[in-house]
Amino acid sequence: MTDKQPVKDFATDWDHTDPQWVDDPYPIWEDLRGRCPVAHTERFNGGWFPATHEMVSAIANDTEHFTSRMVVVVNEKHPPDELPAPIGGAPPITSDPPFHQIARRLLLPAFAPGPVNALEPQIRALCSRLLDAVADKESLDGASDYAQFIPPGVIARMLGFPEQDEDLFREFVHLVLDLVDLPTEEREPLFEPMTAYFDAQIEDHRLNPRDDVTSYLLNAEINGEKLAIEHIRGTMVLILVAGIDTTWSAIGSSIWHLATHPDDLARLVNEPELMPLAVEEFLRFYAPVTMARLVNDDLDFYGAAMKKDDWILLGFPAANRDPAAFKDADKFVIDRLENRHLAFGLGIHRCAGSNLARLELRVAIEEFIKRYPRFELSGQDVTWAQGQVRGPRSIPLRVVA
Amino acid sequence: MKVVIDAERCQGHGRCFSLAPGIFEFDDLGNGVVIGDGTLTDETIELARLAQSNCPEHAISIEESA
Ligand code: HEM
Ligand code: SF4
Repeated sequence: MTDKQPVKDFATDWDHTDPQWVDDPYPIWEDLRGRCPVAHTERFNGGWFPATHEMVSAIANDTEHFTSRMVVVVNEKHPPDELPAPIGGAPPITSDPPFHQIARRLLLPAFAPGPVNALEPQIRALCSRLLDAVADKESLDGASDYAQFIPPGVIARMLGFPEQDEDLFREFVHLVLDLVDLPTEEREPLFEPMTAYFDAQIEDHRLNPRDDVTSYLLNAEINGEKLAIEHIRGTMVLILVAGIDTTWSAIGSSIWHLATHPDDLARLVNEPELMPLAVEEFLRFYAPVTMARLVNDDLDFYGAAMKKDDWILLGFPAANRDPAAFKDADKFVIDRLENRHLAFGLGIHRCAGSNLARLELRVAIEEFIKRYPRFELSGQDVTWAQGQVRGPRSIPLRVVA
Repeated sequence: MKVVIDAERCQGHGRCFSLAPGIFEFDDLGNGVVIGDGTLTDETIELARLAQSNCPEHAISIEESA
């Protein structure tokens, strides 16, 4: 990594890893919406950032001009024949039509509401156990004592991995996310322990099939053929990476919001029936996930002269704050009735895990406020993750009697 | 009045069947489907409109004449 210059003007030199953006991106996006259609940067070897709901929707729905070959902005762009970026094979997120649909259909039944809703009692028990573990502490951290542990626990159960391996998962996720900027040759050897772990789990499931996603993948077929082990492993990597930091961030942001907005916390405690609407507003207002695309061929987009292989930083969170698409877009409205937010994306790549993510978020918040109907920040040292997944990594809390 | 889902547009966001489970359900892939023939009554029309106004893909329409 090179030392970077701080950004002076995000319209001509945006950088989503700049401390100002990491700390509070919302004023930057509002400013960009007001004065330029599409922000540009020479960083990352050239890219664009559209900040309106209309443009983000147009790009998400246009898989002809914008490819998902790489969905994380890095300095080095892979050539199109090096399949598929960014983590050595993660269909469907890195696939374009027509293959995308095949890989996606394969995954959807495992993440449909039926099988996902069946996990609710287990998720509730997990949350409750995490809260028991910190019950005697004077102060607790909403992120590192609680939110952080929920998605890995849930995914371990879905994949049928041993529960005691949850810490390992988190290491794998960070490995993948931290190393994404390295050239493939340097990355692959570092992934070896993870690859070996997955292979062992796959082998164990081959010998002892059970009712979980790993066995589901082992049984699945494309055109009458079983999946290659690389495909199964790639899907596991994707589920890990796509399902953990994202959901943990959403739970953390929601807890942070309630810690800093006592009126909303009181309403949610007193009117639990608001929960489904509140969950959607948490997702709109604090949408954790920004994706990327590459431009397929030179094109003019809303007056921007895009070049082949330029990055697009696809800001679903920015779209969610666009006043052209949402009334009082910059206000958190806990009982917002009309809420077509894009936190889970739009079009063919709609988050395959959205049913699971919503369930985890709802249950995590329900259990937390049941245990702690009143709480507040105990310090100002809340830290937000940098990169394309945004959420608090530490939320020091004090329980109010 | 009738509610319909355009299956070409629906991407399975699940907002319809969560908000209005009496009107919509989901298939094996998690996409939204209308229960029965989608005829709306005075009691269900508001819920159907709510689902419509929350579908991110604009896949739900309400046919006033039908
Ligand atoms: C609050 C939590 C989550 C958020 C905000 C989120 C957000 C997103 C977004 C915006 C996309 C679209 C990608 C694109 O357009 O390029 C996506 C795709 C995806 N997500 Fe999630 N996600 C979350 C949780 C999960 C979970 C829990 C899982 C699975 C366990 C998951 C699995 C996936 C998969 C497999 C895709 C790829 C779908 C495709 O390309 O067809 N996500 N997610
Ligand atoms: S809300 Fe829209 S996209 Fe989602 S399942 Fe219903 S019709 Fe489909």
